[in-house]
Amino acid sequence: MAHIQLGNDSLEKETTTLNLGPTHPATHGVFQNVLEMDGERIVSAVSTIGYIHRAFEKIAEHRPYYQITPLTDRLNYCSSPINNFGWHLTVEKLLNIETPKRVDYMRIIIMELARISDHLICNGILGVDTGAFTGFLYLMQERENIYEIYEEICGARLTTNFGRVGGFERDFNDIAILKTKKFLATFPKIMKSFEELFNRNRIFIDRTVGVGAISAEKALNYGFTGPCLRATGIDYDVRTANPYSSYNEFDFEIPVGTNGDTYDRYMVRNEEIWQSLRLIEQALAKMEKEPKGIFHADVPAYYLPEKQDVYANMEALIYHFKIVMGEVDMPKGELYHAVEGGNGELGFYLISEGGRSPYRLHFRRPCFIIYQAFAEIAKGSLLSDAIVTMSSLNVIAGELDA
Amino acid sequence: MAIATENLIADLQSTFGTALSNFEQPYGLLTFQTNKDSIIPVLKYLNENETYRFRFLTDVCAVHYPTTKELAVIYHVQSMENNFRLRIKVFIPESNPKIPTATVLYESANWQERETYDFYGVIFEGHPNLVRILNVDDMVAFPMRKEHPLEDPNRIDKNDTYFGR
Repeated sequence: MAHIQLGNDSLEKETTTLNLGPTHPATHGVFQNVLEMDGERIVSAVSTIGYIHRAFEKIAEHRPYYQITPLTDRLNYCSSPINNFGWHLTVEKLLNIETPKRVDYMRIIIMELARISDHLICNGILGVDTGAFTGFLYLMQERENIYEIYEEICGARLTTNFGRVGGFERDFNDIAILKTKKFLATFPKIMKSFEELFNRNRIFIDRTVGVGAISAEKALNYGFTGPCLRATGIDYDVRTANPYSSYNEFDFEIPVGTNGDTYDRYMVRNEEIWQSLRLIEQALAKMEKEPKGIFHADVPAYYLPEKQDVYANMEALIYHFKIVMGEVDMPKGELYHAVEGGNGELGFYLISEGGRSPYRLHFRRPCFIIYQAFAEIAKGSLLSDAIVTMSSLNVIAGELDA
Repeated sequence: MAIATENLIADLQSTFGTALSNFEQPYGLLTFQTNKDSIIPVLKYLNENETYRFRFLTDVCAVHYPTTKELAVIYHVQSMENNFRLRIKVFIPESNPKIPTATVLYESANWQERETYDFYGVIFEGHPNLVRILNVDDMVAFPMRKEHPLEDPNRIDKNDTYFGR
C-alpha cells in the first residue's frame, strides 16, 4: 500500500506501513491488517483474510450429510456444539423431523454451555489485551470444566462433532449431569470475582469505554448480529426472533448496550453468560421431568441403529450400511436455517436436489460479515485501541475463512 | 407491525409487474425471482419502504446450474422490526455473469460479493473493490463452479468410484 502524505501538523512527512499479522499474537488468529500509521494513530487499514480457508462449501457438496458435521466444528471452534446443532437442525428441517422435547432441552444445555465458553474466551482475552492476565486464568479453568462436560458426553473437547441428525449419539450419563450441576454451583462465584476485577476497574474502563464504537444504523448496515449488534442497543437475537429447539418455552432476557463500544460489548457478553446459566438451570429441570432414556428422534432411515441390533436385526443392518456409506436419498428442498451462535446469526443455506450430498451449502458466518467493519472502526484510532477493538469483535479465524 | 405475505406479494407485483416471477414459499420463506436490471430497485424499494423496512442484508451467495448454463445470485434480506425474511433470486447467464452491486444499499454486501466473485466469478458492477478474498490472488479458476472436481482428477491413490464420489 502506498504511503499517504501527511500535513504540516504531523511530525512525519508520510505514513509508515505496519503489517499487523498474519501471525501476530495480538490478533488471536491468522489474518493480516496492513496499517498506514501516523505515529501511533491509524490513518487507514486494509484487512486481508483467507489464510486458513479450507473450502468447506466445496467439500460439503461431495459429502453425505452426517460427514458435514465435523466441517461445521471448525467454523467457530470456540463454540463448536452450536455449529453442530445448527447443522443438525437444518437437516431436520429439511427432513421434517420433530425431535422429542428431551432432545431439545439436552441441546439447549450444551448450546448454552458452548455460548458461555465462547464468551469466556472473548472476555478473558479482552482482559489480557488490556493488560490484565488474572481474569483470563480464572476463566480458562472454567472453560476447562465445560470441556470436561463435553468430553463426558461425546468424547471430544474442542472440535466436538456433537450429536447426530435427530438427536444425540448417546444419552447424558450421570457423571455429565453431576458435572453440569457442579459447574452451575461453582461458576457464578468465579464469574462474580471476574466481574469485580473488571467491571469498575479504572484501567479497564479507560481502555474500553468509547473505544471502537459503532452506531446502531451503521452496525445494521454492516450486517452485525450477536453481541456486537446488541451492544449498540438493538435487541435482535435469533433465539427469540425465530425460536428453534424449544427456546420459546424458556424464560430469559436479551441484554443490550447503548454505545456499541468495546465496554458495551464486554458487558453484553458478561450478561449473556448469566442468562445462559439461567437457561441451563431451567433446561436441566425440564429435562428431568421428561421420560428418561430418550435421546433421539425415531427416524431409522437417518439415525444410526444400536450396534447390537446391527448384528441381530436385518433392517438395522441395512440402515446401518446405507447411512454409513451415505446411500440415503435426501428429499429435494431449499431452506435457510439460522441459529444464534457465539458471535451472531449463524445461517445455513441448503439446496438439496436429492441424492447423498447437498447441491449447495452456504454458511452465513457472522464473523466474516462483522469483520469487514474493522477497517472503518479502526480508522483514526490508536494502534493499541484497534487491538482491543479487534479482540472485542471476537474474530475467530475459522469462522472468518470457512 | 406485521407483514402479511399475500399483501406483500400483491404490492410487489403491482409495483414491479412482470419483473418479478416464481413466487413460492419453500419451508415458509417467501422466495421470488427477478432479473438483473430490477434487483437493485427491488432491494431499494424494500429497504426504503417505511412499513416493510427490509434494512438488513442477511446473506449473499451464488449457485451454479451447469445444465442450463446459469448462475443464480441469491439474496436473503430481513426486516428485523417485522421479523420477516425474504429470498430473492437472480439468474444470470454463465457467459455474461454481470449484476449490479448491492453495496450502494448495504455495506455488508462488500465482502459477501467479493466472496461470491471469488468462488463463482459473478461480476458485481460498480463494486468498490472486486478482488479475490479467500483464495490466492493469482488463481484463475472460479473453484465453486460445478465443473471443477473436489480433488485433482489425476490422482490415482484416491479411487473412490465405488462410493460415488
